[in-house]
Amino acid sequence: MSDEINVKDINSHDKELLTDIQDALANCMKCGNCMAVCPIYKEVGRENAVARGKISLMEGVLSGRLPISANFEKAMSMCLSCKACATNCPCGVPADELIVRGRQAVVKARGLGPIKKKVFALLKHRQLFDLSLRMAGLFAPLSFKKLPGKMGTIARFPMPGMDVKRVTAPMSAHPLRSQYPEVIKVDNPKMRVGFFTGCTINYMYTDVGQATLNVLKANHIEVVMPSMQHCCGTPVFYSGDVESAKVFARHNLETFDSYNFDYIIAACGSCTEAFKIEYIHMFKDEPKMLALAEKISKKTYEISEFLVDVAKFDKTQLGPVHATVTMHDPCHMVRGIKVTKQPREILKAIPGLTFVEMSKPDRCCGSGGSFSMSYYELSRQVNDRKIADIASTKADIVATSCGTCRMHIMDGLEQNNLDKETLHVIQLLDRSYQAGSQQ
Amino acid sequence: MQQFNINDLKSIVGEDNILTSTEDLFSYSYDATPGHAHMPDAVVLPANTNEVSQIMKFANAHKIPVYPRGSGTNLSAGCVPTKGGIVLLMTRFNKIIDIDLENLVAIVEPGVVVADLNTAVGVSGLIYPPDPGTVATATLGGTVSENAGGLRGLKYGVTKHYIMGLEVVLANGDIMNTGGKNVKDVSGYDMTKLFTGSEGTLCIITKIIAKLVPAPEAKKAMMAIFNDLDDAGKAVSGIIAAKIIPATLEIMDNATIRTVEDYMKIGLPLDAQAILLIEVDGNPTVVEQEAAKVLAVLKSNNAATVQMAKDDAERDKLWAARRAALPALAKLRPTTYVEDATVPRNKVPDFLRAVNVAAQKHNVTIGTFGHAGDGNMHPTIVCDLRDPEEMKRVYLAMDDIFKTAIALGGTLSGEHGIGLGKLPWMEEQHGPVSMNVMRAIKRTLDPNLILNPGKLVGEC
Repeated sequence: MSDEINVKDINSHDKELLTDIQDALANCMKCGNCMAVCPIYKEVGRENAVARGKISLMEGVLSGRLPISANFEKAMSMCLSCKACATNCPCGVPADELIVRGRQAVVKARGLGPIKKKVFALLKHRQLFDLSLRMAGLFAPLSFKKLPGKMGTIARFPMPGMDVKRVTAPMSAHPLRSQYPEVIKVDNPKMRVGFFTGCTINYMYTDVGQATLNVLKANHIEVVMPSMQHCCGTPVFYSGDVESAKVFARHNLETFDSYNFDYIIAACGSCTEAFKIEYIHMFKDEPKMLALAEKISKKTYEISEFLVDVAKFDKTQLGPVHATVTMHDPCHMVRGIKVTKQPREILKAIPGLTFVEMSKPDRCCGSGGSFSMSYYELSRQVNDRKIADIASTKADIVATSCGTCRMHIMDGLEQNNLDKETLHVIQLLDRSYQAGSQQ
Repeated sequence: MQQFNINDLKSIVGEDNILTSTEDLFSYSYDATPGHAHMPDAVVLPANTNEVSQIMKFANAHKIPVYPRGSGTNLSAGCVPTKGGIVLLMTRFNKIIDIDLENLVAIVEPGVVVADLNTAVGVSGLIYPPDPGTVATATLGGTVSENAGGLRGLKYGVTKHYIMGLEVVLANGDIMNTGGKNVKDVSGYDMTKLFTGSEGTLCIITKIIAKLVPAPEAKKAMMAIFNDLDDAGKAVSGIIAAKIIPATLEIMDNATIRTVEDYMKIGLPLDAQAILLIEVDGNPTVVEQEAAKVLAVLKSNNAATVQMAKDDAERDKLWAARRAALPALAKLRPTTYVEDATVPRNKVPDFLRAVNVAAQKHNVTIGTFGHAGDGNMHPTIVCDLRDPEEMKRVYLAMDDIFKTAIALGGTLSGEHGIGLGKLPWMEEQHGPVSMNVMRAIKRTLDPNLILNPGKLVGEC
C-alpha cells in the first residue's frame, strides 16, 4: 500500500475533514506576522514550522496539490499550541485551532502513531488509566532517581520516548485523590466547589493539589474532588484525536454536573481551558451537550482567578514569605483563558515577597505537553530562552500555573545548573497562610 | 533552465541545507502577495558569501533561475519563484557583525530581522529608522532589496537613505563591494543606490553597511478628525508650510474609518471624511513648540476635533485606530491587496477621491489609509481570490488607481516594490527610454537572466 493518501481518498472518506475550514484557511493573507512570535520558527527558521506555512500546506492538500504525507504530518506536529500566532494575527485566523484540524486530518488519513495510539487507548479507559499511573507512582523510585529537595526526578534507566538527562515530575505513590476523602468539609462553608484535579496534579504534583486544598480551607470553602473525574482530554484533543477527546469531555461534564457545585475550579491553565472553552467547541453540533458544556463553562475558574475574582481571598491571615519571585505565564492561561493579572495579585499580596517581572513572561516555555516528548532537543532550545529570561531576574523562585510548564522549567533550570525553585502560585499562597498561622 | 544535479548544490552547502521535498518546495512557492505562486526546484540555504558565490557560478553555468528570499513578507511577489529554479534562503546570514558607535554605522548580514537590529542599537540610544509594517519579521536583506519605507518616511526617509555600502554576489558569482563607512563618497557610479531596491534582479546581497541615527528624546502624538477631505489635505500641506516635518503624518479615509469603528468601537464618527494622526519627535522643548504649531494649523483648517496625547497611554490610544486600519480591513474578506501608489502630497485628496470613484465604478471594497505626509497611500482592496469574476473587477479598479497615480505625477510604488504586482504599469510610468535603460542594466549585470527573472523590468 502506498504511504501517501491523496485528496481523492480523503474526499471519498472524510469529505468534511478539511473542506469546512476552507474559508478559515483562506482568511490567512500570508503576511507572515506569525513569524515574529512563533517559538518554533525562531529556532527552526523554516516556513513550514510557522502557522503561515502550515496553513499553506493544508490549502495544498485541499486543492489536491499535496498528499497527506509523512512530511505533512511532521509539519503539523511541529507546533507547541502556544497560540501566539493566533493572538498576533491581524486577520484573526485561529491558526492554533486549524493546526489541530490538520492533525485531525492526519489521524483520519494516516492513523495515530503507534505510541500515541496505545497511550490514548489507555487514557480512555478511566480505571485502567488510574491503575497504571498509580503503579507508575509505586514503582517510580525503581526507575527514577529523585532530585534532593525538589519535585523532580531523573531517569535511572533509558526510557522509551524520554531523554536520559531529562528532569520530569515524580510519579506519586499516593495520588492526591487517594490522600483525601472525596468531600473536604469546613465549618460554616461560604461556598462549595468542585475541584478538577487534572492528571499532573493528581498523579505527579500532589504538592499543588495539597496547597490548593489548604488555601480553600483557609478561606472557608468546602471542596469536593469527584472520584469519577477523568483526564480533561487536552493532550488527546491537541493531537488531533478529537473523537477520543469528546469521550473525556462528555464524562467530565456529566460527572461534574451531577454534583451541582457553586463553582468548579482547576489549578492548571490547560484543564481550565478545556472546561471553559474547548468542551463548548467540541459539542457545537450537539445542542444538548452544548447546553451542558456552556453551563459548566460558566461555573469554571482557574484557582487564582477564582480566589481573586470570586472568593476574594482572605488577605488578613497571610504571613511573610521572604523570597524574590518571578512569574511565567502558561500559554493556555495568557492566551487561552486570558488570566494573568490574578496570579500576580496573589503574589503581590504576600508579605515579604518581592515580585520581579521577567522579560517576555508570556513566551512559551517550550513544553507543549507531549511536544517535549517528541522533540525534546527543540523544546529545550525554546526553554533555554525562557531560562535566560528567568536568570536575568535573579529571582529565587519561578511561579507558574501549569504542571507541564513547571516540569519543563525545572528541567531547564537543572540543565543550566541554576538553583531555583519552580512552584505553582497557589503553593506560595499556601506558604503564606502557613506562615500566618504560626504567628 | 538546464537540468541540474542536486548533488552539485549539496556539495556546496551540505545535505542539511537543501530542501527538495514537495512539501518544502510548496512552502517556498509564495510570499505575502495574493495570487502568485510557483514551486521552485530546490530551496538552498547558504552559510556565507563564498557559498553564495559558488551557487551563483553553478546557477549561471546551468542557466538556473535564482530567487533570493528572507522572510518572504514581500507585497509585490518579489520572492515568488515564477520560473522554477533555486530559492536562495538567506536566513542563515543572521549576524550583526559590528555596531560602530564612532561612525554611527552597523554592519549587518542580510538575514537579520529589522526589529532585532533596532533592539541591538537601541541600547546605545540609536535607531535604524526604516520601519515598514513588517519590522518584526522582515529581514534587512529583503527591506534593502525592496527599498522598504515605513511610517517615519516623511522625516527620516526610506531604506535607500540609510544604506552606505553593500557586499553583493553578482550573477556570475563575482563578489563585489560598494560604498563604505564614508559620509561623503562620490567615487564612481553609486552602485549602492542601484542595488538598493533592485528586488533581487541584479545581485544577491550578502552584507549591509547601514547608517544609524540618534533616537529622538521625545515624541508627541495628535489626532484630528475632518468632515471635509480637502480640509484634511490643506492641513497636511499647512503643517509642512509651517516648516514642521513630523515623523509621522498619517491619514485614514472614510471607508477605513467606518471599518475601524465597526471593528473596535472606539467612538470614531462614521461621517468623518478623514482622520489625521500626527507625531512630532526630537528635542523635548522643540517637540512642545512644534506640537502647538501643528495644533494651530489643524484648527485653522477646520478640524472638527483634535486630541493631543498627554502621556504614553494616551499616545497608544490615538495610535490604536491607525494600527487597526489594516487588520480591520483585512478581516472583511479573505484576500487583501495592500497597494502603495504614491502621489505628491498636495494631490492626496484628489487621489483619495479617485480611489473612491474606482471602488464604486467597479463595485469593489477599498479602504485607503497611508502616509499623507509623503503622499504614500495604501489603497487596500479586500476581495476573494477564489471568485474570478470579482477578481476581474479588482484588476480594473487597480488599473484605474495606478493610472490616476501616474496622471497626478505620482509613482506606482512608494515602498513595496514592483515585482510582478505592478509590472503591467511600468511602461506607462517610465516610458520606453527609461525601460530600455533599466533593461540594458539588467542584461549587462545578468546576461543569462537568472536573477529573479521577469520581475521589476519584466522580460528582457
